[in-house]
Amino acid sequence: MNAFDPSITDNANKIDMTHGSGGRAMASLIRDLFHKHLVNPHLSAGNDGAVLELPPGRIVVSTDGHVISPLFFPGGDIGCLAVHGTVNDVAMMGAKPLYLTAGFILEEGFPIPDLERIISSMAGAARDAGVHVVTGDTKVVEKGKGDGVFITTTGVGVVGDNIRLQGDLARPGDKILVSGTLGDHGVAILSTRQNLEFETEIRSDTAALHGLVAVMLEAVPDIRVLRDPTRGGLAATLNEIAQQSHVGMILDERFVPIKPDVAAACELLGLDPLYVANEGKLIAICPASEAQSLCDVMRGHPHGADAAIVGEVVEDQANMVQMRTKFGGARVVDWIAGEQLPRIC
Amino acid sequence: MKYIDEFRSHDLAEKLAAAITRESATGRDYHVMEFCGGHTHAIFRYGVQDMMPANVHFVHGPGCPVCVLPVRRLDDAVELAERHNVLLCTYGDMMRVPGTKQRSLIRAKADGADIRMVYSTQDALKIARENPDRQIVFFAIGFETTTPPTAVAIIQAQKEGIENFSVFCNHVLTPAAIQHILQSPEVRDLGTVTIDGFLGPSHVSSVIGSQPYEFFTEEFQKPVVIAGFEPLDVMQSTLMLLRQINEGRHEVENEYKRVVNPEGNLKAQSIVAEVFELRSEFEWRGLGLVPYSALRIRDAYAAFDAEKRFGLSEKQSREVKSCECPAILRGVKKPTDCKLFGTVCTPDTPMGSCMVSSEGACAAYWTYGRYRSAQPEKSSKKGIAA
Repeated sequence: MNAFDPSITDNANKIDMTHGSGGRAMASLIRDLFHKHLVNPHLSAGNDGAVLELPPGRIVVSTDGHVISPLFFPGGDIGCLAVHGTVNDVAMMGAKPLYLTAGFILEEGFPIPDLERIISSMAGAARDAGVHVVTGDTKVVEKGKGDGVFITTTGVGVVGDNIRLQGDLARPGDKILVSGTLGDHGVAILSTRQNLEFETEIRSDTAALHGLVAVMLEAVPDIRVLRDPTRGGLAATLNEIAQQSHVGMILDERFVPIKPDVAAACELLGLDPLYVANEGKLIAICPASEAQSLCDVMRGHPHGADAAIVGEVVEDQANMVQMRTKFGGARVVDWIAGEQLPRIC
Repeated sequence: MKYIDEFRSHDLAEKLAAAITRESATGRDYHVMEFCGGHTHAIFRYGVQDMMPANVHFVHGPGCPVCVLPVRRLDDAVELAERHNVLLCTYGDMMRVPGTKQRSLIRAKADGADIRMVYSTQDALKIARENPDRQIVFFAIGFETTTPPTAVAIIQAQKEGIENFSVFCNHVLTPAAIQHILQSPEVRDLGTVTIDGFLGPSHVSSVIGSQPYEFFTEEFQKPVVIAGFEPLDVMQSTLMLLRQINEGRHEVENEYKRVVNPEGNLKAQSIVAEVFELRSEFEWRGLGLVPYSALRIRDAYAAFDAEKRFGLSEKQSREVKSCECPAILRGVKKPTDCKLFGTVCTPDTPMGSCMVSSEGACAAYWTYGRYRSAQPEKSSKKGIAA
C-alpha cells in the first residue's frame, strides 16, 4: 500500500467535491485511506457488493447513523463509535456480529488527516470487535451542508436458534440489570461542546459489548430483553421496553451505578443522569431467580465490572417507570420531552 | 457525592417527617407557599410531599423565571431573532416556551433563525467576540440570582468595546412579586387562597440577603423562612415555618445559614445597581402589571440595551385560550384544575410556560407523577405519556 499522497488534492489536504465525483481523486481516496486501514479480502476485491459466508443460525441486521459533535471526544471518536454503535445493536439481539458496511458523507473542506484518524480508529475498533467492514460508500456534500463527517454503518450477525431476545418479553417479577455506570458518554460529550467546556476526567464508555453478551447468554440463556441505553439514557430505554411489554417498572435509586464525577457534572448542569446517553452499557431483563447469577457473570467481564440489579418489572396498566428515591420518596421516570435542557437558577 | 448526599439523607428525612407530623398535629391545615420553582422541583423530584402529613400543603408560587415571562416579551425575542437578523443567545429553558400562536424560539430556529442555547452570559460574550460581523443579543431572564452575571457581561462589553453585543433585559424582582401576591384580592379579600407562610428562595437571598423580607413579615404578618434547595432544607424549613405559625410569630428566619446572611452579597448588589434601575412597572404572566418589579438597563449603558438598539414592534400577543398558567402562578389553581393539563398540554406539546420549565408547577406535576394520585382515571386510560 502506498502512503496517502496529498498531491492528489488541489486543496492542500482537504476534502473537495472531486473526492465524491467518481473520478481519480475519489478512487485515490478510497484506495489510500479506506482500503489501507480497513483491510480485508471483501473490501480489497473492489466490487459493488460483498458476498458473505455465514455460519448456521438466523441472520440479524441493524443499521445506525452517526452524526456526533464533536467528532473527537474524550474516550473515542466518530470512527470507533460508528463500529460500536452498530455492533451493539446486533449484539442486543443475542447475535455474534460478523460484518459491517459503512457509508460516509463528507463535507467539502474536511481535513483529510482528520478523516484518516477517524478511519484508522474505525479499523481498530472493528479489529478488536472481530468484525470486517466489507463494503462502503463515500459521498461529498458542499460546504455548509454537512457537519464534517456523517457515518452510517450496517451490521450483520448470526444468532443461534435457541436465543430469543425481544423488547416485549419483560414479565412482572423480572429483575432489571445494568452493566455499569450510567451517563459517562453523554457527560464526556457535553464537557467538550462549544460554550459548555468544563474540565473533567470523564471519558466516553464507548465499547463493543458482544463479548459481554456472549458470556451472559451462555450463563443465562433465558434472558428476556437486552438493550443498550444510548440516546435518552436508561429512562428512555426502560420506557420503551415497558410499553412494548405492557408492564411497569420500579427502580431503586440506591443501586443505580453512577460515577461521582458524572453525578457532580449532572448536578452542576442541571441534568438527570438517568436521561444521559451511554455507548458501552446494556440493560438486561431476566427472571428473578437468575438475576444474581447473571449479575455475578457480568461483573466477571471487563465491560460489566460495575453491573448491578437496579429494579424490577411490575404489573402496571399505565406502563410507568417509577423510582424509589434514596431520599425516601417515589417519583416517575417519564420519557424526556425534547432535549434535556439545563436549568437556569 | 460529598456535600450533596448529606442533604439527601433518608434517615434524617424520616426524623424530620416525624417532627413535622408532631408539630402539625393541631387539627388545622397549613398552607406553605414555596415561592421559587427550584423548591417546587425539589419537592417533586425527591418526593418531599409524600413525606408530609395530609394537613400540610405546598402552594406553588410564581418563582419560575421562564413561567412568569409574559407572552409579549417572548414574541419580542422571536422578533429579534427573525426580523432583525440577530444571533440570539438564550438559556435553554426558554427555547420551548410557546409564544403567540405556539411560536417558540425552537420553531423560529427550525425556520432558520440563529438562536443559540448558552449556559452563561460569558458564553454569549464569547460568541460576540468570535462573530464581530453579527449582532449578538443575550435574552436575559431571571430573578436576582441571574441578574449580577448579566450586569457583569454588560460592564465587560463596555470595557472591551464589544459593540455587537446587547441585552434584551427581562430581569424581575422577588420581593415585589411576593408583596403583590399578598395584596391580591384572592389572598386579601376573597380568601380563595390561603397562605400561612413562605419558603423564601435562598439563592435569591444569597444576593439580596434576608433583610428585604423583614418589611412584609411585619406588614402582612406572615412568616418567611429562607430555605435551601436540597430536600432536607425544604423539610427543615417547613418545620421552622410550622413552629412560627403555631407560636403566632411572623419573622424572617434563615435556614440556609451556610450561604445566606442578612445583608447578602454587597458586591453583587453594587454591580447590579451600577447597570440597572427599576422599571416603574412590568408585566408578569399570571400577576399582570406589577409596580417596581423589574429592572431595565440604565442610560449610561443604553448602548447595550437591545430594546433601544432594535426598535421592537407593537404586538397583539395572546396566550393559549383556557391555559390556566396565570391562575396556577398565583396559587389560585392547581395544574390538575386546568382542562388542558395532560390532554393537549404535556411536556412534549406545552401550551403554557408552566409545562415547559422543570421548575414550572405543571411540568413538575407531570414529570414526577403527581397527577397520578390526583387523577387516577386519566393516567390509566392513556398510558405512560398521558
